[in-house]
Amino acid sequence: MSEVYLSHNTIVSNYGFDSLAAVTNIMQEQSSLQLIEDPSILSKPVCTSRVNTEQLQEAVALLDPREPYTRLEQLLIVSLAKTIQASGLSLNERVGLLISTTKGNIDVLDAKSPFPKERAYLHTLGEKVKTFFGFHHEAMVLSNACVSGVLAIAVAKRFIHQGKYDHVFVVAGDLVTKFILSGFNAFQALSDAPCKPYDKNRVGINIGEVGTSVLVTKDSHALAKESVVLLGEASCNDANHISGPSRTGEGLFRSIGSAMKQAGVSAVDIDCISAHGTATVFNDEMESIAFNRAHLQDAPINSLKGYIGHTLGASGLVETIVGMHSLHQNTLFCSKGFEALGVSQPLNVIHKTTQKPLNTFLKTASGFGGCNTAAIFKKVTSQ
Amino acid sequence: MTASYHIESHCRITEGRISKDGKSLFESAETEFSAFIKSAYKALEINYSKFFKMDSLSKLALVAAEMLLLDEHEKNMALVFSNKAGSLDTDRKHQHSIQDPDGYYPSPAVFVYTLPNICMGEISIRHGLFSENSFFICNRFRADDLFDYTNSLLGMQKAEKVLCGWIDFDLGKYDAFLYVVAKNGTFIHSKESINHLYQTQ
Amino acid sequence: MTDLKLELKEKIIEQLNLEDVSVAEIGDKDPLFGEGLGLDSIDALELIVMLDKDYGIKLADPKEGKQIFESVETMAAYITSKKTE
Repeated sequence: MSEVYLSHNTIVSNYGFDSLAAVTNIMQEQSSLQLIEDPSILSKPVCTSRVNTEQLQEAVALLDPREPYTRLEQLLIVSLAKTIQASGLSLNERVGLLISTTKGNIDVLDAKSPFPKERAYLHTLGEKVKTFFGFHHEAMVLSNACVSGVLAIAVAKRFIHQGKYDHVFVVAGDLVTKFILSGFNAFQALSDAPCKPYDKNRVGINIGEVGTSVLVTKDSHALAKESVVLLGEASCNDANHISGPSRTGEGLFRSIGSAMKQAGVSAVDIDCISAHGTATVFNDEMESIAFNRAHLQDAPINSLKGYIGHTLGASGLVETIVGMHSLHQNTLFCSKGFEALGVSQPLNVIHKTTQKPLNTFLKTASGFGGCNTAAIFKKVTSQ
Repeated sequence: MTASYHIESHCRITEGRISKDGKSLFESAETEFSAFIKSAYKALEINYSKFFKMDSLSKLALVAAEMLLLDEHEKNMALVFSNKAGSLDTDRKHQHSIQDPDGYYPSPAVFVYTLPNICMGEISIRHGLFSENSFFICNRFRADDLFDYTNSLLGMQKAEKVLCGWIDFDLGKYDAFLYVVAKNGTFIHSKESINHLYQTQ
Repeated sequence: MTDLKLELKEKIIEQLNLEDVSVAEIGDKDPLFGEGLGLDSIDALELIVMLDKDYGIKLADPKEGKQIFESVETMAAYITSKKTE
């Protein structure tokens, strides 16, 4: 089967409005998390990372919008506009659109929202983005909890292999809302300090917000310089509990094994891991067990949650894009917030940003509903 | 040349009726979903106490899957579901619990169901399926996407069988159509036969 | 105290949707988690919300829950001690 690449990409975040802004800051170990007090989203201070509203509105205005867009639509449109432009592709019948989100325009359910409640239907979000850019096909929307972002890459590849598309633009986003914060707070999981994945003094989750997009394509021409090939991917359920991670890391372990088999690589071929690392005790522990079962305990590993928080349905995609840049820059990015190992199994957590020749990385994610996804990417060298 | 697959069995739950492979298994005059699905659960002798903790979407999905997986021995089965309303019914419940500052008591047991893929997690737990789960949202039943994605999973040997279809619950209305795709079966796995079964069952 | 225990049993059955359990089946000292009623981590979080909503008691540290929610008896004793504080 022909190879499928991840190419042009855009991260709209608290760091700025392109991938470079995020990657440059991450390379310098700068977190974008901030303690904010905003009673409209949570009655107590919360540590989060949100896109600057004024700058976002300015960026949307430059795109000449013909109708009012919700905050999430703005994030997706601004991100995707840059990725489409960089790709130079015309949006014909060979080009697909895939949206990854857990909650979409969930903020419109709030009584104070100026938008109609119907806007909360996720297919409406798809139609808004499709119409704005004039995509030929209807948007596909994937909503698969916190693995959505990385699973969406797999889905795009699979549709390309089935011959449905030659190129798929994947765009992902979720908002920091009262809806989400109240829920995670009821789960006693939120932290008011920057999160510390895998650390023994971990304090819980930070929720963050990005709008991020990537071109998934079978065309090896005109690739972005940081492009990667998707070698293998898999998604396996824990079949254990709808919110509690598996005590044996079963689903993640199986996902990694299946992705490696498809990629034709073994544990020693993995140069680094961009893991999920939400900084809850149960998640981090589950991952440490799964990585050890997969003999990946020596592979340098990070969680990027200490930079941008957990961006839910976008996390898998934004972290994959940062991983692409990590390979391109031959740099292992420090796992922000980590000091001393706080899981029962050994992990080689990256405690300092380091230059190192890199070719292949593993991205993993896990989420509610017992879902896990693993994907293995390799640097494109023939450019 | 792609290998051809078959639709092994299918189940439909809508408007007070549950049918499998075109045969009615349960009918009820109950107009309310909660009463309907509870009486179906009892009549079909499902006996799974976690059922009562689930939201409506998961109850609907669990009963539909139960009809197809009761005698199923293949555990390497992927789940590919789709719907229109996502988890909106439960989203509205959670929103209701946080709207008023004086009655602000978000429930973890409600919040956890504010993701459509939870119903696939419930089925995976119930039937011990450690396999691929994907949940797509579309404004209408889209046989072509389900067809392509299912073929992809089977072709890559990510699963031996795929349980796929449509599970929608919104504003009291419910519609479930699930079918099992495998190497052998009654109908050829094609967009036409998926659409035909959805429209006629 | 006896009334409170009965009330708690009713609330647990209703709020945690224990459809096939009756009040008579829950002994005062029966473990609520694990082997007993088989409650899980979401139920534990739900009990924290119940303490807040119905009894005005906020758990400062969710880890306290493990002891408080051991049985209906320990729950009732905790609520009673908080009310008389």
